[in-house]
Amino acid sequence: MALDLPVELSDAVAVLGAFPVLAGANLTVQRGEIVLLRGPNGAGKTTLLRLCAGLIELERGRGRVLGHDLSTDRWSVRHRVGLLGHANGLYPDLTVTENVAFWGRTVGASDAEIAAALKRMALDGRLADVQVSRLSAGQRRRTALAALVARRAELWLLDEPHAGLDASGRDELDEVLRQAARAGATIMVASHELERAGTLATRQVEVVAGQVRDLGATS
Amino acid sequence: MSETRRAFASVRATARLIAIKDLRIERRGRVLTNQVLPFALIVMVMFAFALDSDAVLERVAPGLVWLATLFSTLFVIARSFAVESADGALDQLRTSGAPSAGIFLGKALALMAQLLVLVVVLVAAAVVLYRADISGQGGVLLVTTALAATGGLAAVGTLYGGLSAGAKGRETLLPLLVLPVVAPVLIGATRATESAFGTNGIAVSEGWPWLGLLVVFAVLFSVTGAIAFGSLLDE
Repeated sequence: MALDLPVELSDAVAVLGAFPVLAGANLTVQRGEIVLLRGPNGAGKTTLLRLCAGLIELERGRGRVLGHDLSTDRWSVRHRVGLLGHANGLYPDLTVTENVAFWGRTVGASDAEIAAALKRMALDGRLADVQVSRLSAGQRRRTALAALVARRAELWLLDEPHAGLDASGRDELDEVLRQAARAGATIMVASHELERAGTLATRQVEVVAGQVRDLGATS
Repeated sequence: MSETRRAFASVRATARLIAIKDLRIERRGRVLTNQVLPFALIVMVMFAFALDSDAVLERVAPGLVWLATLFSTLFVIARSFAVESADGALDQLRTSGAPSAGIFLGKALALMAQLLVLVVVLVAAAVVLYRADISGQGGVLLVTTALAATGGLAAVGTLYGGLSAGAKGRETLLPLLVLPVVAPVLIGATRATESAFGTNGIAVSEGWPWLGLLVVFAVLFSVTGAIAFGSLLDE
C-alpha cells in the first residue's frame, strides 16, 4: 500500500446529472507533490477533487486513489483523504482544540496526535481554547488544516484555499502546505489565483472541458 | 476482537463522540433554552387562551403537551443539522470514514436528550396551566412514555433531518416529511399520557399498551435509520 501512487486516473468520466463534468481525464500524482489544478469556472476542478475524495462515482474509466479502486472501493478512500472546499468544516461554537480533537477522534487519533496537530499549525498557544466563531479567516483555515492533520489525511484536496484570506493569511497558509508536503502529505489545490498558487505548487495541470492537461513542474 | 465486535465498538465510539459534540454545541449556543423552550411555553399559553375553559384544558392537556412537543421538535431537528451544514462539516463527516450508523445514533441520542428536557418543561407547564394531575403509578408511565416517545421522535427526526439536510427548501420540507410519519407517536404518547394524568377517569393500566406502540416505533426507526443513514448522507 505504501508504494501506491496517491492518484492515478485513466480516461476517468464523472457525471453530474446527465452532464459529463469529467470526460476522459488522465492524471497521475506522486507522493509529496503539490499539484495546482488551474482552469476556468465549470471546467471540472471541483468535480475532480470530489472524485478523488470518493464522494462521487466514477462513471467510466479507471481510477485509484491511495491504492483503492474508485469503481469498487471509494468508501475506503474517504477516511484517508482530507477535502477542504470554500467552507472549513468546523463547528463555530466549539473551541479550536475541541474541533481538532473531534475530527481526530473520528479516526481514533490519540491525545498526543491531536496535540501534535495543534502544535504543527501553531494553534497550541493562546488560540487553543478560543471558540472558532471568534477567529479570523486565516486562523479558521489553519484550524481546518490542523483537523486534516489530526485525521491523518494522506491526500489533501483543497478547493480555492486562499479565498477570503488577507495577505498574511495567504502567506501563512502557503507555509503550512509546504510543511505538510515536506512531512509526506500529497496536496492537490484548485485555484484561480495562479500567481500565488503557482509559486506554491511543484506541478501544474490544466483542467479544461473535463480534460486534464499536464503543464509540467513549476520552476 | 472479531470483525463484528470491532464494528460495534466503532459505532458505539462514534455515537458517543457525536452526541457529546452536539450537546456541547447546544450548551454553548443555548438554542434550546433561549429559543425552543420559550416557543413551546408560548404555544401552551396560547392554547390556554384559545380554549379558555379549565374543564376543556384539563381534558385536552395530554394532547396539547405532545402537539407542542412535535412543533418544537422541528426546530431542534433543524438546528441539529444546521450546525453540520453551516460551515461544511457535513462533507467532512462524509469523508471522515466514521460509521454512518454511529453518526445517526449519536445525533439521535443528542436530540433525544434535548427533547426529554422539553417534555419535562411542557408537562410541568401542563400541571401549572391546565391543572393536570400525576399520581405515583402515573408518574412511572409518564416517564417511560416520555423516554419511548422522544426516542421515536429523535430517530425519525435524525433520519429525515439527514435526508433534507442538503435539499433546497429544507426548512419547509422537514415538517412535511416528519409530521405525517410521527402521527403514531402523537396518538400513542397522548393516550398514554391521558392514562398517566387520569384524564376522564382513564386508568393507568390502559396506558401501557400505548407505550408498547411507542417502543416498537422507536426501535423500528432507530434500526432503519442506522442502516439507511449512510445512503441518505450521500444524496
